[in-house]
Amino acid sequence: MTTAPAKAGWRFRQPSVIPGFGLTLGFSLAYLTLIILIPLSGLVWRSASLGWTDFWAIATDRRTVKALEISFGTAFIAAAVNVVFGTIVAWVLVRYRFPGRRVIDAMVDLPFALPTAVAGIALTTLYSPKGWMGSLLAPLGIKVAYTPLGIVIALIFIGLPFVVRTVQPIIEEIDKEVEEAAATLGANRFQTIFRVLFPGLAPAVITGFALAFARGVGEYGSVIFIAGNLPYISEIAPLLIVIRLEEYDYAAATAIATIMLALSFLMLLIINLIQSRTRKRYG
Amino acid sequence: MADPELYPADAYHEHASLAVTERPLARAGLMFVAFAFLAIFLLLPLVVVFEQAFSRGIGAFLEAINEHDTIAAIKLTLLVAVISVPLNLVFGVAAAWAIAKFEFKGKAFLTTLIDLPFSVSPVISGLVYVLLFGASSLLGPWLKMHGIVILFAVPGIVLATVFVTFPFVARELIPLMQEQGTGDEEAALSLGANGWQTFWHVTLPNIKWGLLYGVLLCNARAMGEFGAVSVVSGHIRGMTNTMPLHVEILYNEYNAVGAFAVASVLAGLALVTLVLKTLLELRYGAEIAATRGH
Repeated sequence: MTTAPAKAGWRFRQPSVIPGFGLTLGFSLAYLTLIILIPLSGLVWRSASLGWTDFWAIATDRRTVKALEISFGTAFIAAAVNVVFGTIVAWVLVRYRFPGRRVIDAMVDLPFALPTAVAGIALTTLYSPKGWMGSLLAPLGIKVAYTPLGIVIALIFIGLPFVVRTVQPIIEEIDKEVEEAAATLGANRFQTIFRVLFPGLAPAVITGFALAFARGVGEYGSVIFIAGNLPYISEIAPLLIVIRLEEYDYAAATAIATIMLALSFLMLLIINLIQSRTRKRYG
Repeated sequence: MADPELYPADAYHEHASLAVTERPLARAGLMFVAFAFLAIFLLLPLVVVFEQAFSRGIGAFLEAINEHDTIAAIKLTLLVAVISVPLNLVFGVAAAWAIAKFEFKGKAFLTTLIDLPFSVSPVISGLVYVLLFGASSLLGPWLKMHGIVILFAVPGIVLATVFVTFPFVARELIPLMQEQGTGDEEAALSLGANGWQTFWHVTLPNIKWGLLYGVLLCNARAMGEFGAVSVVSGHIRGMTNTMPLHVEILYNEYNAVGAFAVASVLAGLALVTLVLKTLLELRYGAEIAATRGH
């Protein structure tokens, strides 16, 4: 429990009377390195040692490309659906008063708490041709279970709380005066919502979209049951990693994982940029 | 605390005029859309789990739970949670102490790194350990020579779970402790308390509800993790099958009652988690800090 002596000039840290900096930071860094950084850099290193031609061959393999397309495509659609309905849910929860509001509010976190495998088999049973939803949709010619549509359904379930929980606090913070000012200046309610309130909500909505999308791209447990897992049609990228691993094709598993990681980080980067732009514009 | 006037939303309700709220018809429409969406996407799956679990009566349910491999899966899940949650608890407190109580270079970067596991697919979280400890890795032959088994055994499952649940405690505590500042600790130290006394008697009481909140979320994920654990477990029945993996095996064997019986136990656990979480938020909202959501 010694405090490192404060050095003059460039300082790694500001002086403080609180003890334990070395101990807690040292432990945190050691734990972080052992559990997260070494294993993750192991993945990148293995991928780099593949060599460019091998890596490119795996990356451009039709099954890999299709799986990545399916993962990113379905996650995008699901996140877009969640943006619309999640914002409505957040709005209703914040602005309206009705009996059972707290229970419904708590329910929104169910996808965080419910194990993904449980969600997976429940959704599959629900949307199979004999299930409660499936039997309703079947006469309309809509097949959900064992199709890409099933993947979207599972990812809507998984992603919903990300949007609601990001947008909800921002709606709570909206200043009533802004709306009143808009109304006084002659805006109707529709104009107030779309031209005054929504621009302020945009950064939160984009963040919620990004979180739901990122989670959806990597999601495995809830999807594999309902997807049917047909190569080129409903096989997601995480499943293809598992399949390659089971075939002891470590090179392919590593390469696909690296591509997924790179794409996810790229996406988060782009969304961060969009976010800082919208923030600048709307303050 | 419970004064409704403090909540702006209630003020809207009390003094609602058409200028700052929607027309009744629009309200009803929005509420209908929200409720229908939540009912279809959240409530129905939950109801199906219990409906299927008890579809052949309570006897069949109890029989499915009492099965030897199911009990082994429940025990393994508890064991994994009992090891991995305290590990991440200690890390979370240490990291939050360093990040919240001190100013140092690279702090923002460290905070970002802590959140890293959330943006990694669970399957990749498992894969990294397979690459690290697998037979074809650098460490593989050495581990084999010394008879150390990590993959397809409990240590691998624990590691994958620790990876996936890594940020939960830290990300609850960091904003909370940052908000609380260092005043209380400085007072305790100036009155002659040593570092540990300050932590146990001053800091810990301040953060206990936030800590419990983080542990609750961490535990729920630890017990329910599927993808990462699936990759490192090897799926040996009665040996390396956690509850979520056992659900998968039973389901793929067309044993719907068995699968949903185990699933309903997990769903029950999720509901208990949600109730405790909501109670904590209602009762100690201020002490958990405004860090809702992910």
